[in-house]
Amino acid sequence: MTTRLASVILLAWALLALLAPALPLSPNVIQLQHILDAPSAQAVFGYDDLGRDIGARLLVGARTSFLVAGWVVCLSLCLGTLFGALTAYRGGWWDRAATQLVDIFLAFPGILLAIALAGLLGPGLDNVVIALTVVGWVGYARLARAQVLTLKQREHVQAARALGSSQWYILRRHLLPLMAGALIVEATFGVAAVVIAEAGLSFLGLGVQPPLASWGAMIRDGTRYMLVAPHMVLAPGLSILAVVLAVNLLGDRLRDRFDTRLPTETGRQQ
Amino acid sequence: MAACKGARTSPGRCPAHVIRAGDYTPGQPHDDCKIPTCCIDPLLHLCSGLRYSHAMLAYLIQRLLGACLAMFGVVSIVFLFIHLIPGDPVEIMLGESATGADREALRLALGLHEALPAQYLHYLGGLLQLDLGYSIHQQQPVGHLLLERLPATGLLALVTLCLTIVLALPLGILAAIHRNTAWDSAAMGLSLLGVSIPNFWLGPLLILLFSLWLGWFPVSGQDGISSVVLPALTLSTGLTAVLSRMVRSSMLEVLHEDYLRTARAKGLPPARIILHHALRNALLPVITLLGLQLGALLAGAVVTETVFSWPGIGLLTIESIQSRDFPVVQACVLLISLTYILVNLLTDLVYAWIDPRIRLDGSSA
Repeated sequence: MTTRLASVILLAWALLALLAPALPLSPNVIQLQHILDAPSAQAVFGYDDLGRDIGARLLVGARTSFLVAGWVVCLSLCLGTLFGALTAYRGGWWDRAATQLVDIFLAFPGILLAIALAGLLGPGLDNVVIALTVVGWVGYARLARAQVLTLKQREHVQAARALGSSQWYILRRHLLPLMAGALIVEATFGVAAVVIAEAGLSFLGLGVQPPLASWGAMIRDGTRYMLVAPHMVLAPGLSILAVVLAVNLLGDRLRDRFDTRLPTETGRQQ
Repeated sequence: MAACKGARTSPGRCPAHVIRAGDYTPGQPHDDCKIPTCCIDPLLHLCSGLRYSHAMLAYLIQRLLGACLAMFGVVSIVFLFIHLIPGDPVEIMLGESATGADREALRLALGLHEALPAQYLHYLGGLLQLDLGYSIHQQQPVGHLLLERLPATGLLALVTLCLTIVLALPLGILAAIHRNTAWDSAAMGLSLLGVSIPNFWLGPLLILLFSLWLGWFPVSGQDGISSVVLPALTLSTGLTAVLSRMVRSSMLEVLHEDYLRTARAKGLPPARIILHHALRNALLPVITLLGLQLGALLAGAVVTETVFSWPGIGLLTIESIQSRDFPVVQACVLLISLTYILVNLLTDLVYAWIDPRIRLDGSSA
C-alpha cells in the first residue's frame, strides 16, 4: 500500500518534471493584484510575494530538483563505481591511494563541501550539479570498493581471471551484475539526499538563479512572509517531504528485496 | 576458519569495533558498513597473525595516521578553494568599482602573486601558527571572527546532542521492546519522517507554530536561553531519527543474548534488565554513530543557523560566502571539517576505552 503510494508520488514527480515545459504554465508572470493571495479555486496553491502562481512554480521546482537529482546521481554513480571498483580490483597501492582519497572527501561533514563549492563557483544549475557530484561520488566509490574486495575472492572471478579474461570483461560481466543491487539501493537513497541538498543549497541562496524556481528557494522567499502567507512555505516544503519520503520508503523496500548484504554473507558461509 | 561471527548481524554495527583475534578471516574485507572513518584494512592484515593487543595498538596508530592524512588532505583542498573560483578571485572579492591599487594590495596580502607551491607553503606555515588570514570585509583577523562565533555553535551543538539523546534513547528502546507492534511502527514512522524532513523547512514551521502563533520562543537570534530551543530541536530531528533506529537495532540484537535470559530468569525487574543489562551493551555501536553524527550536526548547523539567524560558525560561513569574503569561508570549512575528524578519532579512542572486549591490555583475548 505505502509502496504503491510512494511509486505513484515518484512517477508523478518524474512525469510533471519532464512535461513541465510542455504544459501551459506561466511561472514567471507577475500579477500585482494577487500578491500573497491565499489558495483559491483559481490558483490551488495561492500566489507568492510577487503575485506569481505558486502551483506553476512548484512544477518548475519539481523539474529543477528532478534534473539535479538525475544528473548528480547518475554522474556520482558512474564515476564512483568506476573509481571504487577499478582501484579495488587492482588492489595494493592503487587501493590504498584510492581509500585515502575517499577518506579525505569523507572528512568534510555532510554537504559542507557542496555548500563551499557552490558558494565559490557561484549560483546556477550546472554549478549545483558539480558541487553535489564532487560530494556524492565518494559514497558509491566506497560501496563499490567494499563489494569488489569481497567479490573478487569468489570462485567464478578467480576462474575468469585464470582463463585470462581482461579486467574490463571481469568487471562488466562478473562483478557489476552482483554489485548492481547494492548500488541501486544506494542510488535510491542518493536521490533523496540530493533532493534535500539541492533544496538546501537553493534555500541558502547558492542554488538556481531567479527567476528559475526551486523548492528550496521558494521556502526561502516564503519565510519572510510566514505570518501573512504561510502557504508560501507549506506548499514547497510538503512537495520536498512527499518526494523524499517516497524515495526513502522505496529505498527501504528495495533494500529488503535485494538484501544488499547478501554477497558478503553468502561468500563467507562455509 | 572462524568467519567474523556476529559482526554484521545488525545493519549499523561496525565490524571494525568487534575486534577479537581469530574472528577475522585474513584478506576478507569487512567495510561495507556505513561508518566512513573506520579503516579496517590495516587491522585485517594485522589481526591474522599478531597478538590481539598488538593488533589493537596497530589499529590505533593506523587510525591516528589516517586522521592526520585526512587533515592534510582537507587543508590542501581548502587551500585550493580560492583557485577554484572562476575568474580573478581578487576582482570578485572587491567588486568592479575597486581601483587597481586596491586590487594589487589585496593580491599582495593574499599572496596570490606568488607561485602556487609557494602559496601552499605559506598557507601551511600560517596554519601552523594558527594564522587563518585576514577578513577583508570585517577588517580583522579571521581567527578573531571564529573565536567570536564559536561559543554560539558550541552551545547549539551541546543542547542538540543532549536533546537527541533524551529523545532517541526512549524512542529506540520502546520500539525494540515492543517489536512489531503499533509502538514500533509509530516510532519508526516518526524516525522515517525525521530523516525525510529538511531542516530548512522544519525550522520555519517551528517558528510559525511556537514563535508566531504560540509566542513561546523568540523567532530568531540569540537572546536568552529560550532562543536555543527551536534551533536545537530543528537540528536534532534528523539526528534523533538516525539514532533511534540505531538504538532499536542494537537493542534487538542484545535482547537475544544469553545474559539477558539469565537476568530474566533471575527474576530481575524488567526496567533493570533493560536499562542495566541490555542498554549498556547496546550503547556501544550507538556511541560510534553519535560521534559520526556530530559531524553531520556541524554541517547541518550551517543551514539551521541560517534559518534562525543563530550567530555561530555556520551563519558566518554563509555570510562570508555572500559577501565573497573567501579567507573566512576557507577558515570556517577548515574548522568544521577538522573538528569532525577529531571528534571521530576521539570516538574511536573512547570506544576502545569503554568496551572491555577491545581494551589495550588484551587480557580477555
